[in-house]
Amino acid sequence: MAVLARARKTELDEIVARLGGLPDHVVLKPAETGTVMVEARAGGTGRRFNMGEATMTRCVVRLADGTMGFAYALGTDRPKALVSAVLDALLQSSSDAGLHDDIAALARAQTEARQLALRKAAATKVDFFTLVRGHD
Amino acid sequence: MQSMSSQPQLGKGFDEPVLASQRCFRQILAAMSEPGSVHRLGEDVESPTGVSAAAMLVLLTLVDHETPVWLAPRFASAATYLRFHCGAPVLEAPSAATFALVDGASVDLDLGAFNPGDDRYPDRSATLVVGCAAFEGGRDVSLSGPGIRGDITVSPAGLDAAFWQKVAANNARYPLGVDLILAAGNEIMCIPRSTRIARAAEAC
Amino acid sequence: MYVAVKGGEAAILATHDLVAEMRRGDTSVPEVSTAQIREQMSLAVARVMNEGSLADADLAALALKQAQGDAIEAAFLMRAYRTTLPRLGSSQPLDTAAMAIRRRVSATYKDLPGGQVLGPTYDYTHRLFDFGLTGTSDAPPSAMPSDVALDTRMPRVPDILGAEGLMEPETPPEGDPRPFDLTRDPVEFPADRDVRLQALARGDEGFLLGLAYSVQRGFGGNHPFAGEIRMGEVPVEFVPEELGFAVDIGDLTVTECQMVNQFKGSKHVAPQFTRGYGLAFGHAERKAMSMSIVDRALKGRELGEAASYPAQQDEFVLYHSDNVEAAGFVEHLKLPHYVDFQGELELIRRLRRELEERIAREAVESGVLPKAAE
Repeated sequence: MAVLARARKTELDEIVARLGGLPDHVVLKPAETGTVMVEARAGGTGRRFNMGEATMTRCVVRLADGTMGFAYALGTDRPKALVSAVLDALLQSSSDAGLHDDIAALARAQTEARQLALRKAAATKVDFFTLVRGHD
Repeated sequence: MQSMSSQPQLGKGFDEPVLASQRCFRQILAAMSEPGSVHRLGEDVESPTGVSAAAMLVLLTLVDHETPVWLAPRFASAATYLRFHCGAPVLEAPSAATFALVDGASVDLDLGAFNPGDDRYPDRSATLVVGCAAFEGGRDVSLSGPGIRGDITVSPAGLDAAFWQKVAANNARYPLGVDLILAAGNEIMCIPRSTRIARAAEAC
Repeated sequence: MYVAVKGGEAAILATHDLVAEMRRGDTSVPEVSTAQIREQMSLAVARVMNEGSLADADLAALALKQAQGDAIEAAFLMRAYRTTLPRLGSSQPLDTAAMAIRRRVSATYKDLPGGQVLGPTYDYTHRLFDFGLTGTSDAPPSAMPSDVALDTRMPRVPDILGAEGLMEPETPPEGDPRPFDLTRDPVEFPADRDVRLQALARGDEGFLLGLAYSVQRGFGGNHPFAGEIRMGEVPVEFVPEELGFAVDIGDLTVTECQMVNQFKGSKHVAPQFTRGYGLAFGHAERKAMSMSIVDRALKGRELGEAASYPAQQDEFVLYHSDNVEAAGFVEHLKLPHYVDFQGELELIRRLRRELEERIAREAVESGVLPKAAE
């Protein structure tokens, strides 16, 4: 679900295209955009407080075999939520190796993007050296 | 997600949550502003076994994740449905509930167990949906108070013998107290805390 | 007094057309897209998300476009839109220790574990115009990555001091209560820390900056230290009631500031360092720093300090930090007050008439005739 939540709609569409379209499903909760109140802690570790809201879109579906699929992701992309929920159900019920490989590849790409950002941050890390003052 | 796959299939909630809940809300508002009047909630949902459509529609309309719910033991099976469709926390104890689904026929019904609000914010009290059998055929009770011209006689059926005494005691705490929404079939009737129960003593 | 005024509909509709034209500007210049604003005006987007109290970069970009870049008007649009959305729940408290850090600096320790990671900052720019930006460039700028990714397991600086017992601890109160939500319930004073932090998080950056400045100058005289500033992505976890367990719904970019203050101690509290906390959506360093300084000032009551300057007075700070409320109250003055003003006009005329009559009466009584009209 974390991988699907971070994916772009176009990436999910490619996976669905390889599956030959979405399988039959019943929409239990239509894709709906609302907000989630983001909580944080004072000082990072202390009392909880409400930092502000974020948009979130969710969707719940059921496949013909009864498997339920859920999607919850930041943002307002309702079409993506429906596709995510169906894929979430398929990932539980289907042993289609291609599908599982596709999701693993998506996860790898997300990890690589994050690692690249961290490598760029690492390039801005300060290397202190001590200036020698005065003479012996 | 595996844990969800195996659960029994849930009944459906509102088909069009926004419009349907607004239609229900309008009826609840009308019922609450004219205590004792009967209003029909026409939406089609698959409510859990043993819970009337009207009771479920009231909860679907009013309840969300910020309003904890308490369910009387008889209606405990509605918990999964409420969690799924309303995102509402279902509580073990009634005292912190914002809404509750209770059984009007039960001798154990204790209106004093619910939050009656406080002197500064009496509006922060609980609202109870009371399951009953029908809106006619029970013993006559006379209601008066805000929203009622003169008085009105109602006769809901399937209520415990001491029910109206409890409602009268709730009214006596005004402005504190809980508000009641009686539900049977697909109809509701409201008895807010401001409604006075006459002939309660004879009725019981 | 409020009196409905009718009329002006046609004029009002004409303002809508005119403002749309003004917003578009010279049509020989290409129209800016919301995606361009989101990507290329991200610090303005962050401000709108914070003051609009809604984290959504696409909506904030749209708000900025629609408001012609007016950050407060854009925040107002975000607040208004928010009210049309159902609240689906609350997240788990963000864990900023789990941040994928892109910037992290400390002014208190040079050689701290994890090091000083400058990240994308304007701190070391010369504030000289880059006229190269007036055109468009074909080659996109690119930052060289280091071979090895940053190890983001870095202690938060207050935790280092805390390990020595020199830092006021930040622990949840008994039972880790649900935080107060000022968008749901009316604020009461004195306000608790959760209320204050929520108000500050959505407060106007300029107002908080000014207050923070006042604390450092003659209306506080404090010298806070930036214990740590960190910026990066944190995962957001949400527990849907129907699932009953936490799911990861994506990342939010946030900026966190832990400000460290010396505290000489009081009757009940030993001398130690105390801290203020700031947390903001997006890269919003000035906001997070200002917030942390004001948070510390507002903690004075809990620490037994006398509330002797404005930033320590929660009622003053919280009632005036919200720029949507403030703008509404200040700007409503331009709306029709015809009847109120007529009332005032009549009052002033009557008072002047009474004054003139009294002077005339006194002149007659004292035998001095009023001067001939000049």
